[in-house]
Amino acid sequence: MFSRPLLRFVRDDRQIHFMRGRHAGLIISALLSIASVILFFTPGLNLGLDFRGGVIVETHSPTAEDPAHMRAILKAGHINAASVQSFGSPQDMRIAINLPRGGEDEHVTQQLVDHVRTVIVQAVPGVQIQRADAVGGSVSSELFRDGVLALLFSLGMILIYIWFRFEREFALSAVITLVLDLTKTIGFLVVTRFEFDLVMVAALLTILGYSTNDKVVVYDRVRENLRKYRTMPLKELLDLSINETLNRTLGTSMTVFLAALPLALFGGSTLTGFATVMLFGIVVGTSSSIFIAAPLLLLMGQKRLRKEG
Amino acid sequence: MLYYSRLRMLGVVGICLISALLCLPNFIKSPSQSLPWHQVHLGLDLRGGSYLLLQLDTKTLQHDRLQSLEGEIRQGLLSAHLGYGAIQRDDATTSVLVTPRAESEKDNDRKVLEDLTPSTPGELAISEKDGHFVVSLTKESIRNRAREAVSRSIEIVRRRIDSTGAIDPSIAREGEDRIVLELPGISDPQRIKSLLGTTARMTFHLVAPDPTHAGPGATMLPLPEGRGEIAVEDRIDVDGANLADAAATMSDNQWVVELKFDNKGADDFARITTQNVGKPFAIVLDGRVLTSPVINGPITAGRGIITGNFTARSASDLALLLRAGALPAPLTVVEQRSIGPSLGVASIHAGVISLTVGFVLVVLFMLLFYGRFGLYADIALFANLIMILAILSLFEATLTLPGMAGILLTLGMAVDANILINERIREEVRQGRKPLQALQAGFQRATGTIIDSNATAFLAHVMLFVFGTGAVRNFALTITIGIATTLFTTLVLSRMLIVRWYAHKRPQELPV
Repeated sequence: MFSRPLLRFVRDDRQIHFMRGRHAGLIISALLSIASVILFFTPGLNLGLDFRGGVIVETHSPTAEDPAHMRAILKAGHINAASVQSFGSPQDMRIAINLPRGGEDEHVTQQLVDHVRTVIVQAVPGVQIQRADAVGGSVSSELFRDGVLALLFSLGMILIYIWFRFEREFALSAVITLVLDLTKTIGFLVVTRFEFDLVMVAALLTILGYSTNDKVVVYDRVRENLRKYRTMPLKELLDLSINETLNRTLGTSMTVFLAALPLALFGGSTLTGFATVMLFGIVVGTSSSIFIAAPLLLLMGQKRLRKEG
Repeated sequence: MLYYSRLRMLGVVGICLISALLCLPNFIKSPSQSLPWHQVHLGLDLRGGSYLLLQLDTKTLQHDRLQSLEGEIRQGLLSAHLGYGAIQRDDATTSVLVTPRAESEKDNDRKVLEDLTPSTPGELAISEKDGHFVVSLTKESIRNRAREAVSRSIEIVRRRIDSTGAIDPSIAREGEDRIVLELPGISDPQRIKSLLGTTARMTFHLVAPDPTHAGPGATMLPLPEGRGEIAVEDRIDVDGANLADAAATMSDNQWVVELKFDNKGADDFARITTQNVGKPFAIVLDGRVLTSPVINGPITAGRGIITGNFTARSASDLALLLRAGALPAPLTVVEQRSIGPSLGVASIHAGVISLTVGFVLVVLFMLLFYGRFGLYADIALFANLIMILAILSLFEATLTLPGMAGILLTLGMAVDANILINERIREEVRQGRKPLQALQAGFQRATGTIIDSNATAFLAHVMLFVFGTGAVRNFALTITIGIATTLFTTLVLSRMLIVRWYAHKRPQELPV
């Protein structure tokens, strides 16, 4: 084991002609991204408490609890419009109340969370309140604004960085690929109905950072090969560069995947969604380095980077 | 490149050992008081407790100031024997509009307005518009007032929280008009919320001659328990700010709050009770009448009691609020997050299990796919984990569940640098280079790529740190620290391990 590694993803001399699949890759990616954008508008993201405002109370009862029973308890305490779901185990309940529309009064939200707690503690003997969160209208809109700003600024900083480090074609295709990755991840969020909150923004940013990293490594190699093989057609050169970096691309994706996997499995309610989205993002980010970022570079750089084709 | 000076090796090993030492306080008890014993703080999501975000009502603050400014202007004009057409307060533009009585008095009016004593230099701006004077509060003075009010509120909030016996609370300013309150161990913050929800401004007034009708200089105020309203004179005879002490005690088998005034308060109280024997007065708390007893005789000892259907809890809470002092403006809770203790424990388990399993998976992967160099990468990975923990401990930083996720993802990303170096060395070998040249070229060529790829991740997470709050910020923090330690452990530590191994063995072939 210490004289030679035991396993390897692909043989070093294997040459896969990725560029042959470039049209299929671009079309599939474009379709998925368009579908994601449509999903983003209808039905839209499942906004979490951070961005929507309102009340969430999680309870743990000593015996199995029926959501309908809990709903009746709340109703008896004059709490309507509460959604009650069991999550994890039948003993665990999650009660969510949306912020009343146009309800600007912060007091209402704060009184509501205390009221829900009191009603449940009185009606269910031995119940434990695991979590009681209340986010007012002004805070939730600020959090949303900050989340969007964080995403935009990160994208901007990455663009500026790549712009300085690479030629224009590289920067442009990298950012287009990143935006495509991002839209697909958002589509995934809509389909899975994971709650979109600040932790999800963190997931998106980590995916962005990771995906950029992947593109940078492939592009680094492309640039190096452009200097090394002055006459090789761009298409072949891209294939060569992808193949040369393939083991590292798959290796790094694998280690990040392996790190995120236990979070998705054992992370509890806070991290399961986060980590699942990360896993999706890793797969998308890795495949887009090969099937999107490189073909885009071929499309844009055909004229400038190589005269012949 | 094969030569590493003894000093340099000692330095690298030393940094790792110091890091390990810095981690110790998290696992064992301090053997001696005199040792610096810094450890990581667990976040509220792991420890159980409450996070409250309080918003200071700056509108009330400005409104109060405008109201007193309006009074000052009226007083100023009258004492200069000038009249006025109208004096109007405008809360939207934070200004007072003064309409002169006659054109001929304008110059004198202006003089009076300019002679107003602002509470801070540059507080007032006077302009003329359509024949009116506009006296407005400057933007800067409004901001300063809010800032000052937040500082004073923090002081009072701290006093109120401390007297509830909360352990280890943290109170901090957030932005211009907010306060963040963190209460470890208190998973039901209802009592704290109600304590902070009262301004606790207590004043003593005489009841108006006709208690059913608010004449000039009097206001209708609500009586306790919905017993209707009573007209109370606006003039404050004794101010709650002049209290020296307050305590809950039993008197005639009911709970009362006993007050003790300071010198000025005692004098005011003695004067008013001497002059108004037989008349009712009102004790007003935050715009509500607590009680309105009749003055039976002069009270000169500077003591008094408030009665009014108190329970043990409500009497001691009121005493607590009065002792701590009044808030300069109302505070509103705008965000609450509470975690119960058992969920905190479950989250710690979730975090530790995930970290362990993730770490083991990555270590195994590197061993299987990169052999000996994978082993060196794993050693560096372990050092990386220790160093992240050491830096967090050194600064006594907080660690939340997302923060733990950040550490794990950092470790997953960290081996990327080792993979890059390995793959590069392997390529160089395939191109027929000798082991030494392959190592050299591999390290050299991979370094640029490693820095590039870490820089972009670094930028993304700095943005998250700037715009994020709470747990997400912690995620960004651990990843940012992790990127820095990764550069050290991969570019310095694992490289040294590989080079030392090569210099020692001088193999004909590299294990790549």
